[in-house]
Amino acid sequence: MIAVIAYRLDDYPLLRRELTIEVVSAFFSGLKLTGVERFETPGLGALNFVLHGALGGGVTRSLALDAHGKTLSSSLLGIELSLPDTH
Amino acid sequence: MSDRYKIVRIGAGAGFSGDRIEPAVELMAKAHLDYLVFECLAERTIALAHQSRRQNSEAGYDPLLLARMRAVLPGCMHRGVRIVSNMGAANPLAAAHRIADVAREFGLQGLRIAAVTGDDVLSAVLREDPELLGRPGRVTGLGPERIVSANAYLGAPPIVEALEMGAQVVITGRVADPSLFLAPLVHEFGWREDDWTMLGRGALVGHLLECAGQLTGGYFADPGVKDVPDLARLGFPFAEVAADGSATFTKVEGSGGRLDLRTVKEQLLYELGDPSAYLTPDVCADFSRTVLCDLGPNRVRASAAGGSARPANLKVSVGYLDGYVGEGQISYAGLQAADRGRLALEIVRERLRLTGIEAQELRCELIGVDSVRLGAGAARGREASEVRARIAARTVTLEAAQRVGAEVETLYTNGPAGGGGAARSATAIVAIASTLIPRSMVTPQVEMVIA
Repeated sequence: MIAVIAYRLDDYPLLRRELTIEVVSAFFSGLKLTGVERFETPGLGALNFVLHGALGGGVTRSLALDAHGKTLSSSLLGIELSLPDTH
Repeated sequence: MSDRYKIVRIGAGAGFSGDRIEPAVELMAKAHLDYLVFECLAERTIALAHQSRRQNSEAGYDPLLLARMRAVLPGCMHRGVRIVSNMGAANPLAAAHRIADVAREFGLQGLRIAAVTGDDVLSAVLREDPELLGRPGRVTGLGPERIVSANAYLGAPPIVEALEMGAQVVITGRVADPSLFLAPLVHEFGWREDDWTMLGRGALVGHLLECAGQLTGGYFADPGVKDVPDLARLGFPFAEVAADGSATFTKVEGSGGRLDLRTVKEQLLYELGDPSAYLTPDVCADFSRTVLCDLGPNRVRASAAGGSARPANLKVSVGYLDGYVGEGQISYAGLQAADRGRLALEIVRERLRLTGIEAQELRCELIGVDSVRLGAGAARGREASEVRARIAARTVTLEAAQRVGAEVETLYTNGPAGGGGAARSATAIVAIASTLIPRSMVTPQVEMVIA
């Protein structure tokens, strides 16, 4: 689960439009996700992503160095979004 | 009868099993708390604790239980601060007796310590053989001889009962994290078991406090972007909770860290799937319309959370033995370090094939390049000047697991140039699977131990 929160509430609509399930799935294509869900919390300017299968069976069964997947959160912040020229 | 203007002050003494001890001492001494809660039980920890108890019937509680109690128990008792914790892990009763020993060390004879048990549902789970959550099959499909433990996530009621019996310390096994914080609020304000709105608000208090320092700038700092002062002296948070369930979150004046709208937002959304339906044993909490208000430096008020009926069943964590993991790592530095790292991985992969080592799953990565975001490749065309090649494999036997690390080590004299600092390990896996059990099959119990 990764929550992406806009610094400014004004930027939330843009994030909501650009940071889609497809974009996030593609960014993590190497993780063999079985599915991605997105929950919107407009009052907090946040998008909650649930990356199913990211831990390969759960924290207790994962072979990853970071079995909890905590480092994935800041990893996602490095994503580059293509913004429309008007922004 | 609850006073409409009553405020309950509840602090977070620890956010996980290995957390720092000093911040809890600071809270005890300076925050004028009514309750101090230590959350120290992660998913796998209780399965490991049960394994430990199998070796020794007096063991199975958190390794830092005594150190934490020695640090805060006398001060808490002299100030009338009650302690609640899940450090009982696999043996809450033994933990209660150890706490009684500590109490007597400090001249606190007569101290009332309640042990909450009933979370151990191993025989019920083996008998009922429910379906697993999130994966196909039933519990016995894991292999009954491999199952180590089964613990239900209890809710607030047994802790409330313990407090009503006059316990000054309540020590539990597996309880839902928010319930550790909700129970004192239920006890103080008299909220009913079906007052979903209040329980939802109490669950929010618990969810915000359960990771301790994460609310005050821990797991938040990003130097130059999101600065947090004095992380080495991070102050843990506490809440001032009102009878309507609204709460102001803050920390001890002068302690390190920062508590503001951003840190609170991050913790609110932490590990949350659907914010409008956060399931706990006590309530299906709704955090989606929470209102956060900045009240000044390091003071944030949260209100307007809600809730609906609690789930019919309780979630159970089933601990089972699941083979072994063998691992090896070796570093490369300088020009073409990543290329040499990749060559090392290829060699080990082929060696495992040649020597007939079967891995149920194999993971090959370069730490510094793609060990977090597997398959990421070089960052913006620049390869790292230092990498650490890592291979991890899940195997059926310990011997096969040990071979993995051994093959990495042989790269010293048989692999790419400049390989150094090889390390290896092979460990038995205690895995956790989840299932559900009807509430009717779980009977929490409270036993009082007097120091």
